[in-house]
Amino acid sequence: MELISPTDLAKENIQTVQDYVLFCGQAIANLFRKPLYFADMVQQADTIGVGSLPIVVLTGMFTGGILALQASNTLERFGSITLVGQLVSTSMVRELGPVLTSLMVAGRNSSGMASELGSMVVTEQIDAMRALGTDPMKKLVTPRVTSCVFMLFFLTIISDLVGLVGGLFIAKVLLRLDARQYWYNAWETLVFQDVFMGLIKPVLFGFIIATVGCFYGMNARGGTQGVGRATTQAVVAASVLILAFDLFITRFLMIVLSYH
Amino acid sequence: MSAPTLPLDRTLPTTKDNSAPAIVFEDVALAFDANKVLRGVSFSLAHGETKALFGVAGSGKSLILKLALGLLRPDSGRIIVLGEDITQMKEKELFQLRSKIGMVFQESALFDSLTVKENVAYRLTEEHGIYDDDIDRQVREVLRFVELEHTLDLFPSELSGGMRRRVAIARALITKPELLLYDSPTGGLDPVTSNTIIELIVKQRDVYKTSALMVTHRLQDAFTMATHQFDKQTNHIVPLPPGQHCEVPMSFLILRDGKVIFDGDLDQLAHTQDEYIKEYIS
Repeated sequence: MELISPTDLAKENIQTVQDYVLFCGQAIANLFRKPLYFADMVQQADTIGVGSLPIVVLTGMFTGGILALQASNTLERFGSITLVGQLVSTSMVRELGPVLTSLMVAGRNSSGMASELGSMVVTEQIDAMRALGTDPMKKLVTPRVTSCVFMLFFLTIISDLVGLVGGLFIAKVLLRLDARQYWYNAWETLVFQDVFMGLIKPVLFGFIIATVGCFYGMNARGGTQGVGRATTQAVVAASVLILAFDLFITRFLMIVLSYH
Repeated sequence: MSAPTLPLDRTLPTTKDNSAPAIVFEDVALAFDANKVLRGVSFSLAHGETKALFGVAGSGKSLILKLALGLLRPDSGRIIVLGEDITQMKEKELFQLRSKIGMVFQESALFDSLTVKENVAYRLTEEHGIYDDDIDRQVREVLRFVELEHTLDLFPSELSGGMRRRVAIARALITKPELLLYDSPTGGLDPVTSNTIIELIVKQRDVYKTSALMVTHRLQDAFTMATHQFDKQTNHIVPLPPGQHCEVPMSFLILRDGKVIFDGDLDQLAHTQDEYIKEYIS
């Protein structure tokens, strides 16, 4: 295996970050340039949104259930088992709903975008598209980014709701808690900052998922092996970026919203 | 050999009657890292001329087509296509120019998620403002030209290699381009299918008289093109009488080590004294 010098490696990584930033800029700028491929946006919204619905529902439901189960153990020691609803609600809405939904969608769609676009690159379909007078960034990337941001927002809301239902199921069946009390606690504990934080995250994460997937796909080189590599890199990069940005945006929003 | 039916009542494309070449390469160089693929390539493709481009694998033949289309930019030199200097042209301006150029890629490069009809109609649907009926009529017409009208609703994966290549030609022809670029149109095909493709290219050349640059590995394809012409009466390609040249000028360009070592017609090629070329064409 050929060894790369640390300087070259650093340069390569900086170059990739620079290319990615330019790529994102172009994807956003294309929103304000004609033509807007609305039909492609709708098609992508269906693929990303409706297609991801089953895994998002399952993830949300099991996460809510597990949260209720784990929380009950601790809360019972302090005689506060009735607060299960509060804990499930705040955890799901503020953190686990957006993050887990994004990770699931990243696993499904970043890889899908990278492999689809990567295959188009290595079979010269992207070149053919340019030769036929179409900008691949406008036709392929911008609709995916727009649809992913839009659909992840709603998928997160669904995930939050289903998570609360999963928590309710555990609270009712295993913990023998009153359903109305669970819902009351879950609802009353939520404040504007919780909801705002929980809904701003999927917008950013959706952007990361789509741009990373498309970026690795459009830069795939080296035939089918290159497509496979691009797919793996897209999922890894998107997942790591989601978790890293989650930390920063949470801290940032806590400061901005004077939130403790 | 019989050629596919030609819609002869169709209006021929309006060729700009000027003496300006369709393509001019002036001392064009291109390298990938340390690998210098093109080292000062210069040639010109006259308006209405067909030029066959030869060279061993890796000599940069396909790169010349991509440079002519603006898909790649040269490191140095100048490229003029249809009278416009594309060397420093922005991608947005290139899209306008590319609408006048048809390109047939090496492996067809059909969009695999679209049907044959959608592939061929792609350029028309992207232009907007064209009625569906018009698009449908034009697609059927051009698919009839390549004898594939029955494949309208099939996907590229359901076609044979030769059929895919013919669909790619149809896609390139649909907007009646002023310049055609063929990247190994017969590469990887059996001799019979290759002949069908060459017949189509000859027919296109002689009927529409579009300027064309064709990369090929098969010398016999280029020789067939130089020694045959399309006969509208019989709808066949027929051999030219000895010593007679076809109506549309046909020339040959040979690349070696990133440079042009031959640029001339069939007679000049046949009488060349260059040992490498002699060996190459033997």
